[in-house]
Amino acid sequence: MSAEANIPPKIKVADLQKRFGPKVVLDGLDLDVGVGESVVVIGGSGTGKSVLLKCILGLLEPEEGTIEIDGQPVIGLPTADREEINRKFGMLFQGAALFDSLKVWENVAFGLIQGGRSDRTEARDIAYSKLADVGLGTDVGGLWPAELSGGMKKRVALARAIATTPEIIFFDEPTTGLDPIMADVINDLIVKCTRELGATALSITHDMASARKIADRIAMLYKGKIIWQGPTSQIDSSGNEFVDQFIHGRAEGPIRMEVRAP
Amino acid sequence: MNIFQPIGKAFLGFLAATGRLSLFAIVSVSHCVRPPIYPRLIGRQMIEIGYYSLPVVGLTTLFSGMVLALQSYTGFARFSAESAVPNVVVLSMTRELGPVLAGLMVAGRIGAAMAAEIGTMRVTEQVDALTTLSTNPHKYLVAPRLIAGLTMLPLLVLVGDIIGVFGGYLISVYKLGFNPAIYIKNTWQYLEFLDVFSGVVKAACFGFIVALMGCYNGYHSRGGAQGVGAATTNAVVSASIMILISNYLITEMFFAK
Ligand SMILES: Nc1ncnc2c1ncn2[C@@H]1O[C@H](COP(=O)(O)OP(=O)(O)OP(=O)(O)O)[C@@H](O)[C@H]1O
Ligand SMILES: [Mg+2]
Repeated sequence: MSAEANIPPKIKVADLQKRFGPKVVLDGLDLDVGVGESVVVIGGSGTGKSVLLKCILGLLEPEEGTIEIDGQPVIGLPTADREEINRKFGMLFQGAALFDSLKVWENVAFGLIQGGRSDRTEARDIAYSKLADVGLGTDVGGLWPAELSGGMKKRVALARAIATTPEIIFFDEPTTGLDPIMADVINDLIVKCTRELGATALSITHDMASARKIADRIAMLYKGKIIWQGPTSQIDSSGNEFVDQFIHGRAEGPIRMEVRAP
Repeated sequence: MNIFQPIGKAFLGFLAATGRLSLFAIVSVSHCVRPPIYPRLIGRQMIEIGYYSLPVVGLTTLFSGMVLALQSYTGFARFSAESAVPNVVVLSMTRELGPVLAGLMVAGRIGAAMAAEIGTMRVTEQVDALTTLSTNPHKYLVAPRLIAGLTMLPLLVLVGDIIGVFGGYLISVYKLGFNPAIYIKNTWQYLEFLDVFSGVVKAACFGFIVALMGCYNGYHSRGGAQGVGAATTNAVVSASIMILISNYLITEMFFAK
């Protein structure tokens, strides 16, 4: 334990604040993700989970707070340094965000080719093997993204996120829109990326089965803050009524969903 | 006293927008000259702008040249200056109509397409995805379009000039009864290098404006299909206005005594 204490966390978010106009989305959020750890963030729809990932990725500029990657502060870095940091990242967007002017395999190979990590033929082979990992056959590689179903797009996006074997992977709802069996295949794949390949993962999900499977640690986001975090094994005995309500999906409880009858 | 408030606000807004646009232009141009460059993407844009705009630009300049011959002939007949038709046609074409018409047509065709494409990429997070794959959107999306606009519009205008002059020739010879050999001789006689050159400079400038406004509006679009629609409109309108304004400024620069 003492040796580990000297290693800075892979991702360290401290006192993060982000608002859009008057609307405060993140309000003093703290979160650490250790090296090789898989953390899942849960929380209601619209609580700012995707915004949190975008802040870490540098796509949104937070108003206040610090974000460190491998101990290096990254907010406001010049573009060239930011690009260097981004080479460590893989990101699965909630809406897949495939490039629709490129074929499916070119999407998956994009990071390899643009990053100068492989030439085109080699990148193509890697792309096809990553597509196979997410359960898509060779026939899919030659299609355009517009020709895929929603779940297939998600899996292609997942293949693209892990194609460069990044050190840190962000998954924004990796299993939404998938059937239960495929969802479990994807869970296994995420576990493989983190446990076997040693990547650090920060995921978002509403799917508690998936969260239990892929997470070492679960953190709950509510009203712009992490209100509870702990090892996956303790999620059922958290003693936190917000967490209990969320994992059991009850309409009654301390979390008031903003729905109003007309 | 209160009437100054909205004026001041609009003025400040205008200054801020100009600043943002300038910054966008500077960053993008700096990516045009720094490696890595993407020859495939530049090539694709060049074909899109140069080759596929040829029919549109060819048709507009052809008919403009024809109208020009007809109008100047009937107008100049009032003071027996019909023989000036070849000079009027070639000077108007190379100095003004070629670049301005090509610029406006390309603004409608290409500026709109660029804004729609990049705008859609923006609202579907594809631009963000580029960034997370360590690819700078300015370098990957904007720079190839700027380079293609800057280089292809001058070529388009040269072709358009020739077609426009040819249109004037057709009308003059086959309808107005000019002698073909004399018409061609007169066309060349008073044509100076500066006439064509100023048109080419204008074209390069317009090509840059069209690509810049297309990319800028697309890049900053937000809010789904409606936002992309607004970005497309803004790209075409602002590029057209800037083309007409800069057309005056460049003319002033070249020809004001
Ligand atoms: N670009 C933006 N401009 C304005 N508001 C935004 C923007 N992006 C997100 N928001 C707001 O921030 C809040 C959090 O959004 P976010 O996408 O992070 O939710 P989420 O937790 O990922 O929800 P879900 O589980 O439904 O994906 C929302 O209320 C949303 O309205
Ligand atoms: Mg989300």
